[in-house]
Amino acid sequence: MILQTLYQQCLKNNVTFYDEFQVVDLLMVNGAAAGVVAIELATGELHVFHAKAVIFATGGHGRIWEITSNAYAFTGDGPAVVMRRGLPLEDMEFFQFHPTGIYKLGILITEGVRGEGGVLLNGKGERFMEKYAPKVKDLASRDVTSRAIYMEIRDGNGVNGQNYVYLDVRPESVNKYAAIDGRKNLDGTPYTVTGEQILAKLPDIVDFCRVYLGVDPITQPMPIQPTAHYAMGGIPTNKYGEVIADEKNTAVPGLYAAGECACVSVHGANRLGTNSLLDLVVFGKHAGLRAAEFVKEAAFQPLPADPAEFARARFDRIRTADGKENAFDIAVTMKKVMFDDMGIFRSGKGMENALKVVRELQDRYKHVRPTDTGEVFNMELMNIWELGNLLDLAEVTTVSALARTESRGGHSREDYPDRDDKNWLKHSLAWAHEDGKIELKYKPVGITRFEPKVRTY
Amino acid sequence: MEVTIKVFRYNPEKDKKPSYKAYKLEAVETDRVLDLLEKVKGYQDGTLSFRRSCAHGICGSDAMRINGMNRLACKTLVRDVGAKITVEPILGLRVIKDLIVDMKPFFDNYKKVMPWFINNDPAPEKERYQSPEARLRYDDTTKCILCACCTTSCPSFWGSDEYLGPAAFVSAHRFIFDDRDQAAGERLEIVNEVMGVSRCHTVFNCTMACPREIQITKAIGELKSALMTGKLD
Repeated sequence: MILQTLYQQCLKNNVTFYDEFQVVDLLMVNGAAAGVVAIELATGELHVFHAKAVIFATGGHGRIWEITSNAYAFTGDGPAVVMRRGLPLEDMEFFQFHPTGIYKLGILITEGVRGEGGVLLNGKGERFMEKYAPKVKDLASRDVTSRAIYMEIRDGNGVNGQNYVYLDVRPESVNKYAAIDGRKNLDGTPYTVTGEQILAKLPDIVDFCRVYLGVDPITQPMPIQPTAHYAMGGIPTNKYGEVIADEKNTAVPGLYAAGECACVSVHGANRLGTNSLLDLVVFGKHAGLRAAEFVKEAAFQPLPADPAEFARARFDRIRTADGKENAFDIAVTMKKVMFDDMGIFRSGKGMENALKVVRELQDRYKHVRPTDTGEVFNMELMNIWELGNLLDLAEVTTVSALARTESRGGHSREDYPDRDDKNWLKHSLAWAHEDGKIELKYKPVGITRFEPKVRTY
Repeated sequence: MEVTIKVFRYNPEKDKKPSYKAYKLEAVETDRVLDLLEKVKGYQDGTLSFRRSCAHGICGSDAMRINGMNRLACKTLVRDVGAKITVEPILGLRVIKDLIVDMKPFFDNYKKVMPWFINNDPAPEKERYQSPEARLRYDDTTKCILCACCTTSCPSFWGSDEYLGPAAFVSAHRFIFDDRDQAAGERLEIVNEVMGVSRCHTVFNCTMACPREIQITKAIGELKSALMTGKLD
């Protein structure tokens, strides 16, 4: 509904859309934004957009992981493009795994299910969240709940020995546990639900389960597993949506980012439910206001002689590779190792393995060539280009995570299980240099009203 | 199980006319048709081209004709269609390449009904309140994802892509029956034009095709009724 309304308001206000143009490069001149290069999918042509200000709003990169709630489009194009132009990415080690994705598919089952009283049950039928979060139980934060599910599965408590547990929103279960918890309505009467109410409040969830699982959540529990969901890290910005270039918070003139591709870091290491919407509504608006102000005063940066050269060179390399490797194979291998070793739980050994595999895949990637040699809607070429972005972001994510020898929010290490505010209460910034090396620097966390505390649920 | 997926193929840079190509692959009952297309593209034929994004029936980009019915490839499972699957582009729009069609006429029609909220009173300090009953009046037509399954299943649209079509009517309905909106009269005039609701012959193809299960023919009926009675009941 929000997406529809935004699109409708854009139509009403005569916003020009370049439909099915995909941005493939950022133009930077004199340290400032000068525009973007985009490929027109219908013709394969590269177009140069000369601009005083550029706002990136390209979304996340959840497609790095095997099980994800993210659309195919979430290949991290924005952060990858920006990183290739010498700007850092912030807090890439923090990626959120949502506890309740549909088993195998990763499609998101909203937290609202537990909000309405749904409970998580293991293979023995136990409400296991009592063990991990005795007070808030099934309403613990996403990282805690995801880890609890993972530990249940690892301890052999998955359903039928498989990699999933149940999310149960059957009215009889909801009412049973609500009575045990003493949950009350606002007027003080005991909290109860009916099947009709569940259906009315969660129509999409009921539909997903019926279509993809053949399960009716009103009468059967839903098989779920944690799913890669949201990037806390991304293109670093300040609170005005201005992209920053270094650990001293130097703003890049004319360059802005907002939404999941950006890291203004209101979410820290672990986003709470619904806050991504607040992030993009508030900071998307600020980025837009700032950019509008900026273009009134600023002059255009001059374009380089051949602005599309850098982007074209990358596509030319892909088109002329020897074709010895298969892109799909590389993607499958990346997603698996990232889910196994760079997922909900991490360890030094596992992450080193992930890094080794990702770097091997980057080498193999150089041998991938599309069989489609055409220009019109060459989706194979685009998929290969996007895979390059995913591999580069997988590498930066892993390098950033390996360096952080503590556990914090979405980054949870078995070899460093505790949060270490003394050494690690800081943001990471990662640069990818042309020689292939990744450089890490850090900047302090701004602490205002709320001091960091130990979390107890 | 082994499935055979026969796909409509057309490459404007090479082919004089379209053809069909069949691919065999291993699948399970719960695989989506989109999963099969991805596997074919990944391992058998990289040139196969189609649109897709969210893969769970929200973005509306992978509408196709699957075994003769307009459906979303991501919301159609092997168990729904069996082991012999034929996939073709949706009808009534120009084929650009394989399963990719030119959506421009579809979106042009959508824009004609002014698919945006119109209320010229000064905005209140907070939101414009609406009763749950009033909200329910047009709830069904808010579900549209603009996939074009309905419009491209409609014989009137096959006859002329100037015909506004079911999706545009659904959007018109969404605003006409919203009691906060003030442009119902204007929108009703638009859907009353030559290429408007009078060309709907109640075939019900649109309702059958809608992956969101919107009662489209009913919504169009309500527009017709509003035009005849001048009332928005």
